[in-house]
Formats: sequence, C-alpha cells, structure tokens
Amino acid sequence: MSRTHVSCTINGDETEFLCSDDQSLLNALRDELLLTGVKEGCGTGDCGACSILLDGRLTCSCLIFAPEAEGSTILTVEGLAEGDHLHPLQQCFLEGAALQCGVCTPGFLIAAKALLDNNPDPTETEVRYGLAGNLCRCTGYDKIVRSVLEAASQMRESA
Amino acid sequence: MTNPEETTPSKPDYKYIGTRPIRPDGLDKVTGRARFAADLSLPGMLAGHVLRSPHAHARIVSIDTSAAEAIAGVKAVVTRSDFPDLDPANPEYNVTRNLMARDKVLYEGHVVAAVAASSRHIAKLATEAIAVEYEVLPHVLTVDEAMADGAPLLHSDLLTQNVEPEATEASNVARRTVLERGDVEAGFAEADVVIEREFTTKPVHQGYIEPHAVVADTSQDDTSVVWCSSQGHFRVQSQTATMLGWESSQIKVIPAEIGGGFGGKTTIYLEPLAVLLSRKANRPVKLVMSRDEVFRATGPTSGTRIRVKLGAKKDGTLTAGKAWLAYEDGAFPGIWGMLGCWCIFTPYDIPNFHIEGFDVVVNKPVNIAYRAPSAPMAAFATETVLDEIARAVGIDPLDLRLQNAAKEGDASPLGPKHGPIGLSETLDAIRKHPHYSAPLGPNQGRGVATGYWFNIGESSSASVNLNENGTAVVATGSPDIGGSRASMAIMAAEVLGIHPDRIRPVVGDTESIGFTDTTEGSRTTFATGWAVIEACRKIVTELKSRAATMWDVDGEEVEWVDGEARHTKGDNDPLPLAKITAAAKQTGGPLTASASLNAKGAGPAFCSQVCDVEVDPETGLVTILRFTTAQDAGRAIHPSYVEGQMQGGVVQGIGWALNEEYIFDGNGIMENAGFLDYRMPVASDLPMIDTIIVEVPNPVHPYGVRGVGEVGIVPPIPAIANAIHDATGVRLRDLPMSPVRVLEALTNGNGNSDGDA
Repeated sequence: MSRTHVSCTINGDETEFLCSDDQSLLNALRDELLLTGVKEGCGTGDCGACSILLDGRLTCSCLIFAPEAEGSTILTVEGLAEGDHLHPLQQCFLEGAALQCGVCTPGFLIAAKALLDNNPDPTETEVRYGLAGNLCRCTGYDKIVRSVLEAASQMRESA
Repeated sequence: MTNPEETTPSKPDYKYIGTRPIRPDGLDKVTGRARFAADLSLPGMLAGHVLRSPHAHARIVSIDTSAAEAIAGVKAVVTRSDFPDLDPANPEYNVTRNLMARDKVLYEGHVVAAVAASSRHIAKLATEAIAVEYEVLPHVLTVDEAMADGAPLLHSDLLTQNVEPEATEASNVARRTVLERGDVEAGFAEADVVIEREFTTKPVHQGYIEPHAVVADTSQDDTSVVWCSSQGHFRVQSQTATMLGWESSQIKVIPAEIGGGFGGKTTIYLEPLAVLLSRKANRPVKLVMSRDEVFRATGPTSGTRIRVKLGAKKDGTLTAGKAWLAYEDGAFPGIWGMLGCWCIFTPYDIPNFHIEGFDVVVNKPVNIAYRAPSAPMAAFATETVLDEIARAVGIDPLDLRLQNAAKEGDASPLGPKHGPIGLSETLDAIRKHPHYSAPLGPNQGRGVATGYWFNIGESSSASVNLNENGTAVVATGSPDIGGSRASMAIMAAEVLGIHPDRIRPVVGDTESIGFTDTTEGSRTTFATGWAVIEACRKIVTELKSRAATMWDVDGEEVEWVDGEARHTKGDNDPLPLAKITAAAKQTGGPLTASASLNAKGAGPAFCSQVCDVEVDPETGLVTILRFTTAQDAGRAIHPSYVEGQMQGGVVQGIGWALNEEYIFDGNGIMENAGFLDYRMPVASDLPMIDTIIVEVPNPVHPYGVRGVGEVGIVPPIPAIANAIHDATGVRLRDLPMSPVRVLEALTNGNGNSDGDA
C-alpha cells in the first residue's frame, strides 16, 4: 500500500512522516512519531484523551486523517512545557493533585490550554463546559477544575 | 494554592504524614512522558487482534483459520486448540475459559481466536478471514430469566453451592449465601413500622479511560517478558502461566503505568494470548483493546434484583431486617451476590436479620470487581427503605442512622465485632456541615445515605535501599493506581526522618520485589504501606548500629530522631542519615532492608453523604446541585489523594445513579458499547464535591491507616434517590434514574408498580 508524505510543524519542530490514507492522525502521532503522550481512550472522539491543538484549535486527533495534517501546526502535551519551565497548567495540576492515574491528563491539559487561550478569565461553569469533551474517571473533576481556575489566575497575574 | 476542603488536623507529632507534597510520578504524567502499556514499542513488534463471538450463546461447531494464515503478513494465529484444558477444580479454570472459548461462546465478545501480523490492519483482516461455524443457542440475560424454571443453561455441570438438600441438577444459580441472626419474625412483630421494597440495577462498567493493553516478548525457550497495565502484576504472572500450563517463573511481568482500573484490571484478558502469539511468531506482540472491546468483553459489575424489608419501633430503633439478593455474575460463577450479603446491613446494628443471596450466571461479559464491589446496589435498597422508615416514624434521616449506627463492639453480620469505626463520626460531620441546613429552592430536594466497605489486607512486600548520598529508593510490588507512590514516600519519610523528596518510590516487577497481592480492596496504603514502614524501621535499626560503630559506642546509646542518629549517653555530634550512608563502606557495606507481611486487621471503611438535586418537572432531568461526603480515613497520609478517592468514588456513583447502564437487544447484543451511548459524567454535569476527612485511627496499622479507595461509591445512588423523593415525592427503585424514567415516575406519580409509602 502506498503511503502519503506529510509535512507539518509539531511542538515547534518541522516534521515529516509517512502514513496510510486511512490512518488517523492519532495513530500517526503515536505509531509513526512516537508521541505517545497523546492517548487513545476510545477512538471515536468521545473521551478527549487524544486532544491536540491543530492550528490552535482543540481537536480529537482520532477524528482526523493523518494526511489532513499537511501544512498544519500541531501542539501535543509533549510541547506544552518550555524547556525546564512547566506550563502553569502543568504546575497547577501537580500542586492541586488534579490527576490520579494520569492517562486523561495530557488531553485535559491541552483542552484547558485551548480554553484559556480563548478565555483567560473563565468562571467555574465555563471551565466545566470547556472541559466537557474530556472524560476523567478517577478524580470527579473537582481538583481538575480548581487547578485550571488557579492556573488561569496565575497566568493573568503574570501577563 | 489553597485547598478549601476540610481536613481533620493531622497529629502534631507527625512530620510528613498529613502533608501534601507533589507526587513523585506527577511530572511524567503532566508532560506525556509516563509510559502506559500501549505506549511501548519493541524492535520487530507485531500487532495483534482478537476475534470475538457475535452471539450471546452458541456452540462452536468448527473454526477454520487456514484463510487467515494464508494472508501475507500474518505471523501467528491462536485458537482454543492451542491452550491446555485445566482440571475443572483449578481455581483459574473459569478465567482460562473466559480468555478463550472452548465448546461454547457464552456472551457477545467472548474470545474465539487471536492473530498477530505485521500491522494492525492485516491482523484485523486476518481475524475476519477466520471461518467460525456457530450453532446459536437460546440465551438468558437477567437474573429473572436465568432463575426461571426451564431456563437455558450456560453450564451443564453447574450445581448450586450451599443449598439443602445438596443440588443434584444443574442450574444457572452458582451459589446461595445466607447470613442470619436472632429471630427475624419476632423482630418484625416487635416493630411499629415495617416496610418492604424491591430494587433493580443494571450492569455498569468501571469505565477506566485506558483500554487493556499488553506487549509480550516470548523466547524459543518458553520464557516471556510481559509489559501490561494491571492492578496486580503477580496475579497476571500466575494466571497467565496457569492458562498456558507454564510455571510462573517462565513469565516476568513488568508493570506499566495503569490508566485506571477501579477493580476492572484485577484479572487478565489479553496476556496469555499475547504470550502465545509471540511464542509462535518468535517476535514481540502488542495487543490493545478498542473501547468497544472493553465494553463487550471486560467485566462490568452485576445487574441485580434486591428486596429489603426493615422493621422499626416508633422511636426509630431497628428491630429486624430481611434481604433477598440476586446478582448477575456474567458468564462464569462469581462472588458478587455473596459480597452483597456481606454488606447490605453492616452499617447498622440490627438485632434480628435474615439475608439470602444468589450468584447467577447469565450470557453477559464476566463480572469483575468495581470499587466496593456489590455494596452500592445493596446500599441502594437498604438506604432507600431506611429513608422511608425515617419519614414514617417522623425522625430526621440522619438521626435515624446515628441512632442505629454500628459502633465499636457491635458484631458485624459476618460475626466478628467491630473495632474502632468512624460511622457515627461521619454522620455527625455531615449533620454539622452547613450543607445539611442550607435552604432549598423549588423542585429541589436533599438526600442522605451511608456506605460500608470491609477493606482487605493481604500480602505485600517492600524494600528500601539507601544511596550513598542519603537518598532512598523504596520499592514495592503494588501498581500505583491513584497516587500510592506519594503515600509510600510519605510513610517512608516519616520513619526515616528525611523529606519525601529524598525518597524515590518505585513499583518493582515480578523478578525484583517480593510477592505482592493485587491493588484491590483499598489495601495498598494500608498493607503495602505497612510493609514499607517495617522495611524502613529495619533500616533505622541498622542506621543506629552503624552510628554506634562510627562512634565506637554501645548500640543502646543511639536513638534515631528527625533523620539523624543522636548519642543519648555522650557528646558525639548527631550523625545525619547522609553521613552514615556516605560511610557505609567502612561500617559494613550497603544499607538495605526488606519486609514482607500478610496484613490482618484492615479497618472497615464507612462514609456518609448528603446531596442536593433539582428535578426538572418537564424533562425529568436530575441535576446534582451540591454534594458533600464525609469518610473515615483512619489516618490520611496524603490528604489530597484521599480527597481524590472520595470525590472520584462519588462521581462514579452519580453516573451509576443517573445515566449508566448496559443496554442489550433481544439477541443479547450490547447496543451502547461506546462513550457516546454509555454516558459517563463529564465536568459540566457536576458541582464541586466537598470532602470531610474523618480520622478514627485503625489501631492495627502503625499510622492508623484504613483503606479509602472504595467506600465513596457506595452511598451516592441512595442519597440521590432519597433527594429525588424529597424534591418530588416520588420514589425511584430502578436504575438508572435517567430523565425518561424520572419523567415516567413524575407522570404516573410513581416509578414503581408496587406502590409507595
């Protein structure tokens, strides 16, 4: 089967990969590029564990064909920290105990970043709706919501 | 950041217990670096795929794999003929037949074959090329169908255990359980109010976000290295070996990070298939389930039918209780009805009771533990009837529970007397919380309920190695499912007197740490933590001895305080741990210790909860407005993760109460095997979950720990049902309390055919 060549920018790096036309972007990220921080929880766009920012837009990478990434800019959890400096969301998730098993965490961090990129001062309700596409079965969401609100507050103060 | 949750202040004499350091594995999990089983790739690795039954019940007439094997890229195929038949007396007999169907498939999703190929795509094509001829058989899906006279049988040799006279004819009832005390009829005769109700619940799934995954690399000499996501890698090792007819020592299991389990990863599904495929192909093989497979083929918890009858005097004193419970086990016999019996009346001191329960096989996936397994359905029945009793005698429902709450010295229904338990304290905490007296608006209601889970101890091993620089590695055999590395580090820090940051907690594989039972029964912080404490105590003894050597004094003159050796009968300067480790070569060599134990005396867990709901009279939608849970933790080692367990349990209970259920069509095919149609709670469905940690120390544990992982899921269903009644006057006794069912109840004035109190 012939494979398609894709060029895009992932986490700041110009990246090329080969994929089959029916391969999901999620599978390409995990299997071809070994960006395994992007998780597969359902493969049907219902759990948000595979969330990425595709040209700045929150996207379930399991719902995109890999060739569609041609020319795009992608952010995964692996690109969230800047060198040694964790993103405030990552730091607040750690301090706020916002993870238990941790498998949904990459998707939540990306979804929360997408939310705060568009709305730096969300209410609790806005955070809850902003994260409603992501399933967490461990935490009951309480500490996740608090940590996102705390990160938003810190980011506003340092802005 | 501040934590608004309330916490009982920690004992002032603890330095690290009760603090909230950042978890040691946290950084890897917020950066995407943490390795879960599906994240692993090995050179030359093949992809596997499993062929599953499309029928709920059928005889396998024939399996022809020749077309699949002829496909280019297919490297191995396994079917029933590749696995030895165990003696039916082997305790793992049923597990091995769940992993690979033999003469019959017993549910939709039952494994029929597995393939390893050069790509996932080819592996899937190959399974589709396997020709299986089935003779479809009639099926049973519920306890009612399975227990009916003349019901189709799943197992022609299944005789009901614990009946008199002894069973001689096969049935679908695997086991009867009876617990009784006193004279139940006399107890009811004493009562002023007697209420009897019947309840039904549907199977629900644990819903962990990470599907089951394994990578196996098997050599030609029949040894294999297995990486997998599980709650207990020693059980994976022994069950996999048993299924293959191998020795456990032929298999090394390396625990990957686990992406949630809640009981659902306490057994195996894929590992023997991967090991054997790898053996046949002489290449590593990865098997990863789809979400669809997780729903159809891994264990949900039981669907149930439960009747509860309670009698009370006008003053609220309970006089008698009677319970009849029937629990689905799925396709093979389980213990779920028995566990329901163990839990159904345990929170209360009921002088006369009769509890009779049944474990029933049905043509559904095999049930496996789900957080306080079997207790939530039992509590739904008891706690709802108690609410009716409270209203009938005119006593506040919390007061009624306090009045009848089990206390230290009361005999539990299983027999043994309770030690110190915190049920009354949790009820008191809820009553004093501002939530309990806050005003309610129109269409709003408030409900309370309590929950019990017995907790377990079992076997654990730990080792501690001190590095030259004074840091420590603490290894255990317990997978970290929700922050246990943090609690291990804190307990080790407390004993050693060094900061938790100086301790690296690791989860050892089956060859690098002593046998450790599965992470289940809320046992890990209790039992594995205890092993860590014992290992650290041994090394403190050794540190004191080394200090004595360095000072050339008698060992009795050394005490260990705040991470340093102090000379009690002389003026030697204190020796901090790092100075002793730096000199270890001169004083006897490396400093290391280990401990293994079989922990007895896991203190039971109790919690009490209050919840406010609003019921939309036009749609039947129930919204959770406010939720507060108070739980006895014995001693909270890392309060944030104790709160996390409490909150997570509550929200799983909310999903179970309001939305979640397995739906089957008339042929026994699951109709909602995905997260879109099997709807688990999302953030926008919920309020904050307020937590109150109550601490009634477990006297057995060095730091008073009792397990906290499970009991939080027990009260939400009845608390919500009671709140719906408070809001609407309608009692719901069938789960889930979905909008359609609530609306029906509101329209009819009653959701149940048997009348309302």
